[in-house]
Amino acid sequence: MNLVLQCPECGYQYDEAKGDKNEGVAPGTPWKSLPEDYACPSCSVRTRDDFEPVADTETPPAN
Amino acid sequence: MNHSAVAATTSHFRDRKRYAWLVSLLIPVILGSGAFLLMVTGDMRAVWLPVIFIYVGVPLLDMVLGEDQTNPPESAVPQLEADTYYRYITYAAVPVLWISFIASVWFLSTHDLPWHAQLALVLSCGLTGGLGINLGHELGHKNTALERWLAKIILAPTAYGHFFIEHNRGHHRDVATPIDPASSRMGETIYTFVFREMPGALRRAWHIETERLGRCNQPVWSLRNEILQPALITLTLWAVLLVWLGWVALPYILIVSFWANFQLTLANYIEHYGLLRQEKSPGRYELCQPHHSWNSNHVFSNWALFHLQRHSDHHAHPTRRYQSLRHFEKAPQLPNGYLGMYIVCMLPPLWFWMMDKRLIQNVDGDANRIHFQPGKRNTLIRKYGLCTGEGATA
Repeated sequence: MNLVLQCPECGYQYDEAKGDKNEGVAPGTPWKSLPEDYACPSCSVRTRDDFEPVADTETPPAN
Repeated sequence: MNHSAVAATTSHFRDRKRYAWLVSLLIPVILGSGAFLLMVTGDMRAVWLPVIFIYVGVPLLDMVLGEDQTNPPESAVPQLEADTYYRYITYAAVPVLWISFIASVWFLSTHDLPWHAQLALVLSCGLTGGLGINLGHELGHKNTALERWLAKIILAPTAYGHFFIEHNRGHHRDVATPIDPASSRMGETIYTFVFREMPGALRRAWHIETERLGRCNQPVWSLRNEILQPALITLTLWAVLLVWLGWVALPYILIVSFWANFQLTLANYIEHYGLLRQEKSPGRYELCQPHHSWNSNHVFSNWALFHLQRHSDHHAHPTRRYQSLRHFEKAPQLPNGYLGMYIVCMLPPLWFWMMDKRLIQNVDGDANRIHFQPGKRNTLIRKYGLCTGEGATA
């Protein structure tokens, strides 16, 4: 299961399959494994638990 | 018919401020006109006119032209945000501010001027640098690669490139909390604040960027470091100026840069003075709300500063573009624009007299909603008879 989550403030999306290279988050990293106080890399207003899922697929994480 | 009228209003929304934003390009031209006025008139006093315009003229214009509390209809915001005209104004301001900085340093370094004329030109150029930081602020919040690079470029002349990291990822996260070096406290003067804000901002920026590079398995001293990127532009520009103009340019560059960066300190000081987000659990604070920032709807200074003064909406929605920022009815309001309040805060007794009562009114006299300067809490609670809540002691 692969989650895509979105910041409710600015619309930044985190795709678990892709991670976030600029933030040093490796592909395949589950959102929930990031620290609780991990702030949105785009707006810094919202933190991890504020993010909302926008897609929930069975696609395995890319290697 | 009424429905049609409403629909027409929304679909044919015309931004009344559309061309007023060009004032943001005019202000640096006015600030840079001191040397030109001197050459034309031969009168040394002429170089003070731009400084007087900013510190006296703009607050007066704010008083005369007054406030504008209107907001664009929400349905018009996507169109407003997508309209590239507004972006082009910010793009155009980058070379204007760079040329103004270089021309001022050149003029100061190559003309034999009395100290008072040098002072006026240094203040003017520093104010222009302050406008550069304001522009870097607007650009740095955006998600396009071009705007983020332009932010680094415009912050470089006055060596404040770390602001790009510090503000977006530090100040916006910690604003109006005791751990934020860029939020001022009730009872704190600007002259105390500057010694907390300037080094605190640099330390926090470096810490945030070091952490990010660590996660990326990148060395701190690399070109991927987004603090070092603008710092290299700074070093290159300053080196070219020194080779071209000689060492005589160095004190001017340093003093102008300090004055430019101090304009940001002034802005930080007045934007959140005494306001406090509540701590929900240790180290976790409530979301930043409109009542956690000081605002001003004064039209002229807002045109000059890309709506920076609609600060509550900016903190609630940092990626929203300047032309779309809104007034909130219950947001704390300043009695003048930011430039007028800069003057006030440089006179601490006047600042406390004007602002403490406004702060208390905005928090309904609740001491638990005030961000106090440590050591002054009890004195201020007693002085103003503030409510400390059940079980709390003054």
